[in-house]
Amino acid sequence: MTSSDKPVMIEFRDVHKYYGDYHALRGINATIKAGEFFSLLGPSGCGKTTLLRTIAGFEGISSGVVLVDGKDMANVPANKRPTNMVFQSYAIFPHLTVEQNVGFGLRRDPRSKEEKMRAVGQALEMVGLAGYGKRSAHALSGGQRQRVALARALILKPKVLLLDEPLSALDKKIREQMQLELIKLQREVGITFVLVTHDQEEALVMSDRIAVMFEGNIAQLDDPETLYRLPKTRQVANFIGTMNFLPAEILSEAGGRAEVQAPGLGRLTVDIEKQISSAPGTGQTTIGFRPETATLLFDGQAATDRESMGTVSEVVYYGDMTYYDVTLDDCDAPIRMSMRNVFGRPVLDIGTRCRVGWSPGAMVMFR
Amino acid sequence: MSEPQGRGFWRSEAATGLYLISPTALFAILLLAAPLATTLLYSVFTDGYLEIIPRFQLCNYIGECASLKLDAATGEYVQDQTYLGAWSDPVVMTLMWRSLYVSIFVTAATVIFAYPVAYFVSFNVEPSKKSLWLFLITIPFWTSYVIRVFMWNVMISRTGVINSTLMSLGIIDEPLRMAFTIQAMVVTLAHAYAPFAILPIYVALEKIDRSLLEAGQDLGETRFTTFLRVTLPLSMSGVIAAVLIVFIPTIGDYITPNLIGGGKIPMIANMIEVQMLQADNRALGSAVAVSAMLVVGAVSLLFLFLNRRYLKGNK
Amino acid sequence: MKLPILRSYAVLYLAFLYIPILILPIFAFNDSTTAAFPLKGFTTEWFGRVFSDPALGEALKNSLIVAGSTSVFATLLGILAARALTRYRFPGSASLSGLIMLPMVLPEMIMAMALLVVLLSIGVPLSLFTIILGDVLICTPFAVAILTSAFQSLDKSLEEAAQDLGEGPFSTFYLVILPLVMPGIISAMLICFTIAIDEFIIANFLGSGQKLLSTYIFGQLRFPKNVPNIMALGTILVCVSVLLLATAEFFRRRGLARTGAKDTGGFL
Repeated sequence: MTSSDKPVMIEFRDVHKYYGDYHALRGINATIKAGEFFSLLGPSGCGKTTLLRTIAGFEGISSGVVLVDGKDMANVPANKRPTNMVFQSYAIFPHLTVEQNVGFGLRRDPRSKEEKMRAVGQALEMVGLAGYGKRSAHALSGGQRQRVALARALILKPKVLLLDEPLSALDKKIREQMQLELIKLQREVGITFVLVTHDQEEALVMSDRIAVMFEGNIAQLDDPETLYRLPKTRQVANFIGTMNFLPAEILSEAGGRAEVQAPGLGRLTVDIEKQISSAPGTGQTTIGFRPETATLLFDGQAATDRESMGTVSEVVYYGDMTYYDVTLDDCDAPIRMSMRNVFGRPVLDIGTRCRVGWSPGAMVMFR
Repeated sequence: MSEPQGRGFWRSEAATGLYLISPTALFAILLLAAPLATTLLYSVFTDGYLEIIPRFQLCNYIGECASLKLDAATGEYVQDQTYLGAWSDPVVMTLMWRSLYVSIFVTAATVIFAYPVAYFVSFNVEPSKKSLWLFLITIPFWTSYVIRVFMWNVMISRTGVINSTLMSLGIIDEPLRMAFTIQAMVVTLAHAYAPFAILPIYVALEKIDRSLLEAGQDLGETRFTTFLRVTLPLSMSGVIAAVLIVFIPTIGDYITPNLIGGGKIPMIANMIEVQMLQADNRALGSAVAVSAMLVVGAVSLLFLFLNRRYLKGNK
Repeated sequence: MKLPILRSYAVLYLAFLYIPILILPIFAFNDSTTAAFPLKGFTTEWFGRVFSDPALGEALKNSLIVAGSTSVFATLLGILAARALTRYRFPGSASLSGLIMLPMVLPEMIMAMALLVVLLSIGVPLSLFTIILGDVLICTPFAVAILTSAFQSLDKSLEEAAQDLGEGPFSTFYLVILPLVMPGIISAMLICFTIAIDEFIIANFLGSGQKLLSTYIFGQLRFPKNVPNIMALGTILVCVSVLLLATAEFFRRRGLARTGAKDTGGFL
């Protein structure tokens, strides 16, 4: 994940988009590096698809600049852009065969017919559809359509491949398989991939970097690990995984560390150096931690760091995992924790008193 | 595709749409909107000899009117014959009422008899055979209207199919008098517009979620009361569409009064023809045409209003 | 509501719909000038007379010219309007489409008379051309309705995909859109052709006395001795229109199958 030294492939400079009065994109600034697997993640209506379509050229922008490979795209129509797209519905031409679909973009290619056919064959092979060329397009399954759409876009060797929720129509098993195949494919061809998705897990699994979008803004742009461990806002923290939030009071703040007092946890020091950019302050704040960073301590087990007492208020059994809601003493809202069901470990009942081990290092502070 | 601001309206998506539709729209404006507007205008102008004189008057609708004639000697218009306005003329009113009640009868008969057929095709025909049934229903409709109407004449005339059959079987001694009656016209028209009634009702029935019917029975209704409380209300939009689709063309029908009525029971369309062409009174003809449009418009609006209220009441 | 009652009712109803058409061939082959039972004997004389009537040939030629041109022009206008209405949003689209579809809900007589009065007052001589104008006016709404559903079942991303793969607006239209809506276009043309060839009021009032099929038939009906000829002619016409309709239905279904849309039923 050392993409910082790679050249820039796509750049958004203060991009705004209005649909009538509706402000769909509200000043997008971002760069996407060459060869990167980049994801736009967010709930529906956040503007992620609109942003993707401004790269493809299907949406004009109201103000700002979109650069692809250093060139301003303002007056470049979709059919002249060095980008190709895999559509959410795949947009496989139903009146053509698989082969004709894949070769659709080669019409103006000066190569001979034989060479083009060879290229089509190679593209089909690359997506695992060798031998499917003569089939009629509407006889394909969802996963196969997906592959045809990929082959059709990649055969043109675009600088950027745009993927608009390409996996959302597939069922879970095939989706997971396609995720891995897409990662492999991207490494092989080395093309910049820009993926739009509303599935946080998919984004975390596949991307080098992720831009999380809400209401036309990029709320955070980071690599998956940073995004998960150090979300900048509660909204981001909530959208990606689950996070427990507790009210806390800042006692002092200096040198990238904050001393806070939180009900149920007591006094603790939070490392905020990497996380908070705004000016230090005092008063009320919120701290949060991921469910898997806290643990229930069973008989005689010692805490690795700190521990608090609480009562189990809800138990949800998932087979490999058990989710507990625990109400800490002196704290109103229950916290959620996830425990692996290792062999021999009991599942606690509601109302059981329990010890909770936690670590100040896992804490994130939100203002 | 892209529409950055500043390029203006004429290159926007809206403009492309307008360019595209403009030939069709222009055609409709020139050949439909303009003629209708002209008819409206003529209906308040004054009738001349082989011409229409742009002098405003309302007597084409109400009261007594005079046609004008150009006096060759003085070069001025002088009064020619007088005639009654459309709403004052008992003949026009009789024809208007006849057209109205014939088409109401036809519409009612068509829709009532069509509903069970639409219901049958939608609910009791297996999906793979639905298209075939619809196809069978539409075929007679696409064959020459003049011939279809005339065939009814062949069937019901004094020496026609029905009478000759019944007499040769000895069921009747005297031929039944069926030709040249309003009843015969109603049957003929109801036959002609049958598919028009079946299709919209069928479409509305098809849209009904079948689980609603199960829900109705689950909640204690019988099959019949489920039909009354669920199916019928939900198919009402189709019924109203059917009513309009049948009513509008029947009120202006021209062929049936000619062939089945034998010209003896004319309807409003025949009146319009007579005034516009034979009698050369385009002012009165236009007034009759506009009145007919008003009747059609009023009935249509009434039904659309009923439909809207019905739908609102259901929400 | 039990099935047998409803089914027998539906079958009876179909019989009612088909009576006139079924009687047609019976008397077309009956050796008698009056259409009455009992039948007199088998003859093909009436068909012979039909084919030897020069006036009918003329009427048929006129009808083919009118219906052919009507189906082409109405379908062209229909393509433009349907494409504009399904693909673009523009001010006034509702009222313009309302105007274009208006002939479907106006008594034909009124339209014909209004058009006639205007044509006469601006001095356009009546001819086959004016009949075509009137027929196009009546057929366009049907073409628009059929083509709108054809264009609607077209996924917009197919167009975008073609552009994404390097095609401009025109090549996108003939490489992707046209092949996919072609079944709709053919079925619109067939329907318009059928309507135009059957059209009586327009042919009767907007022409200058040239006979078309419908007006020819109407004229013949005044002479009882010609009635069997008309039966024979009617029989032929029924066969032709069933053939045309079956073709139209075939193309419509193929279109649906191609774009993967669901079959929603008949022509209207």
